[in-house]
Amino acid sequence: MQAMPQPTATDFSLQWPALGVCRVPYQVFTDTALYNAEQARIFRGEVWNWVGLEAETPHPGDFKTQRIGDTPVIMVRDAQGAMQVFVNRCAHRGALLCVEQRGHTKQFTCVYHNWSFDLQGRLRGVAFRHGIRNQGGLPSDFDFAAHGLQRLRVEVLHGLVFATFSPHVAPLATWLGPRMTAHFARIFHRPVRILGSYSQFMHNNWKLYMENVKDTYHASILHLFLTTFGVNRLSMEGGLDISPDGGHHVSWSKRASEQLAGTEYTQKTMHAMQDDMQLADPRIVQMWPEFEDGVTTAIQGIFPNLVVQQIQNSLALRLMIPQGVDACELHWLLFGYEDDTPEQTDIRLLQSNLVGPAGLVSMEDGMIGNWIQRTIAQDADQTAVLEMGGREVTTQGSRVSEASVRGFWQAYRTMMDV
Amino acid sequence: MAQENDIVRRAERLTAEYIGCIDDDALERWPQFFTEDGMYRIVSRENYARGMPASFFYCQGQGMMHDRILALRRANIYEPHVYRHMVSGTRLRHEEPGGWRLTTNFHVVRTMHTGEIVVFATGCFEDMLVEREGALLFREKTVICDSSRIDTLLVIPL
Repeated sequence: MQAMPQPTATDFSLQWPALGVCRVPYQVFTDTALYNAEQARIFRGEVWNWVGLEAETPHPGDFKTQRIGDTPVIMVRDAQGAMQVFVNRCAHRGALLCVEQRGHTKQFTCVYHNWSFDLQGRLRGVAFRHGIRNQGGLPSDFDFAAHGLQRLRVEVLHGLVFATFSPHVAPLATWLGPRMTAHFARIFHRPVRILGSYSQFMHNNWKLYMENVKDTYHASILHLFLTTFGVNRLSMEGGLDISPDGGHHVSWSKRASEQLAGTEYTQKTMHAMQDDMQLADPRIVQMWPEFEDGVTTAIQGIFPNLVVQQIQNSLALRLMIPQGVDACELHWLLFGYEDDTPEQTDIRLLQSNLVGPAGLVSMEDGMIGNWIQRTIAQDADQTAVLEMGGREVTTQGSRVSEASVRGFWQAYRTMMDV
Repeated sequence: MAQENDIVRRAERLTAEYIGCIDDDALERWPQFFTEDGMYRIVSRENYARGMPASFFYCQGQGMMHDRILALRRANIYEPHVYRHMVSGTRLRHEEPGGWRLTTNFHVVRTMHTGEIVVFATGCFEDMLVEREGALLFREKTVICDSSRIDTLLVIPL
């Protein structure tokens, strides 16, 4: 494990507004130099990156490929059953080692020159190592041990596999903090069953999506379906819990707790409520109370790019992968639990109509970031305003707040030193 | 053979009407192509091949289809766009009690109101057709997209 070289502050030039995290300079969404610095300072810096679920690779030799920021990685269960994460690059000439999205193997062999690596990333074989008839081949002092795959530090918590390039970042549970680990324990309290995966390509900077997912203020305004059918409204009992560094959050609400009267929802001033709309078949919003705490919607954002979703009985992990400064791809992994009944699985599948690229309450998020990206290209020096719920980053009883968006920028500024 | 040709021709005519309904934005009629308890879903080829049940879009019955169109008209927010479906290669998989299973390739081009044109989806329809009062209806329609990735959003059915 080697620390990555850190770009210096001169690699980009960004002056954060004096008002702090209640202003966001549009430059952060358009600057290619900044994007490159994010790869080093965030994704390869002092963070834990979620790579997958243990349940995706149940047996030794099972692997999946993924990306950490722009860097392709392989997650594999080794012969001893431990999770390993490597950069997906042959240690010889740099070719992509594994092109499949998932599979099972005894070793990873590069197609270019047949160099092969075991499930712990150690170099095990080199084609024509001894040449032919004492001609060619590797020097006799070639050190196999020094030419393994680049191996990341890995930790597993409640079945979630995280990896980091950093030798310094605190252990995963410490880095997450007690509130975030408690939410992992709540969702991943028993073995999961994976229901499928897909992705949504967005034409905007990756951080515009992370702002969106942390923005409890927008959710029941932009997403009319959510509001009209009472899945989540700001008038329900709920809250916004933010980690001390600002980077992680959980927003939650309880459907049964709603007090609608006297809010803007009932005053016909908002496009979000359509009183006369009735569902012909309400099964897609009907849920069973699954968690003892009564929370019916909980969205957890883990810095920099992971989302843990509970929308009623629809459970999913979402991983935001940057695709250059003005594009990104959101990878969804839908799941239930191994001991779900067929009826419960069917309810989860029906409620999955609410989420994903065709989600009745989430499709708009695939578009709204692009509406920002389109307007800011020539105005990198102007700023967005984030003053709902104050100008600070604190846990809040109200979700009429942009506090967790400010929290994201607080963590971002620390990590990027801006 | 003659009977097989007949069902394939009838299925092709039904599919032509079905894609015309979508491409002409006559979506209120879309549920009528199904039996009342008809199943419609859009899945990725990868999930389908792996036996993973998650769908992009999943309706059990005409009521849910109606609700999808209601949401598309009144709740969901998206930039105006239209599809143009191209279909080919309809073939009979097998006949079973009460109906026929057929497969048809599709290719959908999306044109945005801005004029931007992209290939939005390709794949196949796996259909279960039944006959009701002399007319063919879909009892099941599984839209299998070759790609697992959707550009921006999917609001109009395929």
